[in-house]
Amino acid sequence: MVSRPMLEIVSLQKCFGDNVILRDINLKVAQGELVFIIGPSGSGKSTMLRCCNRLEEPSGGDVIVDGRNIMSGTRRDLDLMRLKVGMVFQGFHLYPHMSVLNNVTLAQRKAMGRTAEEAKARAMDMLERVGLAHKADAMPAQLSGGQQQRVAIARALALDPLVMLFDEPTSALDPELVGSVLAVMKDLKAKGMTMLVVSHEMGFARETADRVIFMDGGVVVEEGAPDEIFGAPKAERTQAFLSRVTR
Amino acid sequence: MQSLMDQFFNLEIMAKALPLMLSGLWMTAKLCAAVIVLGLGGGLVVALANVSPRRWLRFPSIVFTDIFRALPPLVLLIFIYSGLPFAGIEISPFAAVALAFLLNNSAYYAEVYRAGILSVGKGQWEAARSTGLSQTQTLTSVVLPQAVRNVLPDLLSNTVEVVKLTSLASVVSLSELLYTANMARSITYNASPLVLAALIYLVILWPVVRLVSRFQRRLAA
Repeated sequence: MVSRPMLEIVSLQKCFGDNVILRDINLKVAQGELVFIIGPSGSGKSTMLRCCNRLEEPSGGDVIVDGRNIMSGTRRDLDLMRLKVGMVFQGFHLYPHMSVLNNVTLAQRKAMGRTAEEAKARAMDMLERVGLAHKADAMPAQLSGGQQQRVAIARALALDPLVMLFDEPTSALDPELVGSVLAVMKDLKAKGMTMLVVSHEMGFARETADRVIFMDGGVVVEEGAPDEIFGAPKAERTQAFLSRVTR
Repeated sequence: MQSLMDQFFNLEIMAKALPLMLSGLWMTAKLCAAVIVLGLGGGLVVALANVSPRRWLRFPSIVFTDIFRALPPLVLLIFIYSGLPFAGIEISPFAAVALAFLLNNSAYYAEVYRAGILSVGKGQWEAARSTGLSQTQTLTSVVLPQAVRNVLPDLLSNTVEVVKLTSLASVVSLSELLYTANMARSITYNASPLVLAALIYLVILWPVVRLVSRFQRRLAA
């Protein structure tokens, strides 16, 4: 039996006015799979990711999460869907006026309806998992970028998502802090999380990704196992891109 | 020199005027409480309409802030108190002042809130919405606390203006601080009560003004 995909993108299109960002994207991500998306800037990879929880409103096509089409339904359905789709941003975006703990409990309490105790217990578990339980009472500004990003991951994980979206999670970090965030992501993958990752960390992709997708000009140019894409890319555009980023 | 002191800094007359003026100060305090609360509340409503993605909310809010920032508050007050009776709408001095200043202050406070809300980055909205928080929850839990913190000096500064503005209420015979001082002046035929009123305003507002400056310097640093 073939299990149905956890996340499915069907003929996704996005344009801003006349400017077409995504042409016709089709993608299936199986449960527990880590799909890694690479491509030059402006290729539409972040926009595609942001369409997966409708932070960006698709111009056409469907996004199906765990068998449910997120393009239909009420506003409330959309908020409930977002609990199932965690997102981590390049800029972390922790709430600066709240402690680390409150950052992680806020949506649990307000959007999921967990009690304060439940939310706190869950938050401490997740902070433990990203190695920052001892920072629960700190304010975001007191943390390094890498620590902030790990809190942001804990904030998303605390909502028990089925899928995690990572939008260039390490691009804003100093090089020596990148490793700690990638380690957390690797651990997530090992524990079976379904992940869609936009990033430039090619080494991480080689090591951890199940599949790599190369996007350019709003279309998927090529996809395959990391060894295929990095070792023997077929498309000319993929070869050109990789020669630029991996030299 | 002596006559100058007698006319402006006559302690005896000030002492005599004090009980009346304290009742005026009390009225000023009540007036301030009313117009500050109304202005802060009304301003928030107008500001929220102003940043709304819905045009039918945004448009009236823009018209409102434009009109009431352009209209002199004294004109508004006298119109409400002395003009509306011609339409059969009689209104007490206190209510007239509260209404006039609600309209005027809301427009100004709204602009301050709006600047605060816009100072909170788009990333905060997106992060909150991505965790399933609704628009309203995002606003109340994430955006507004930061917005208010970012514009606290301006809110405070605007509040100083509001307190000063309440002295306009004297023109509709509301017996607030300036009105009672002027009354005492006409009874005693001496300017000292007016000086006393000025000093009271100064003593109350000067520390607040200082505080605003310190806030601003801290935020700029």
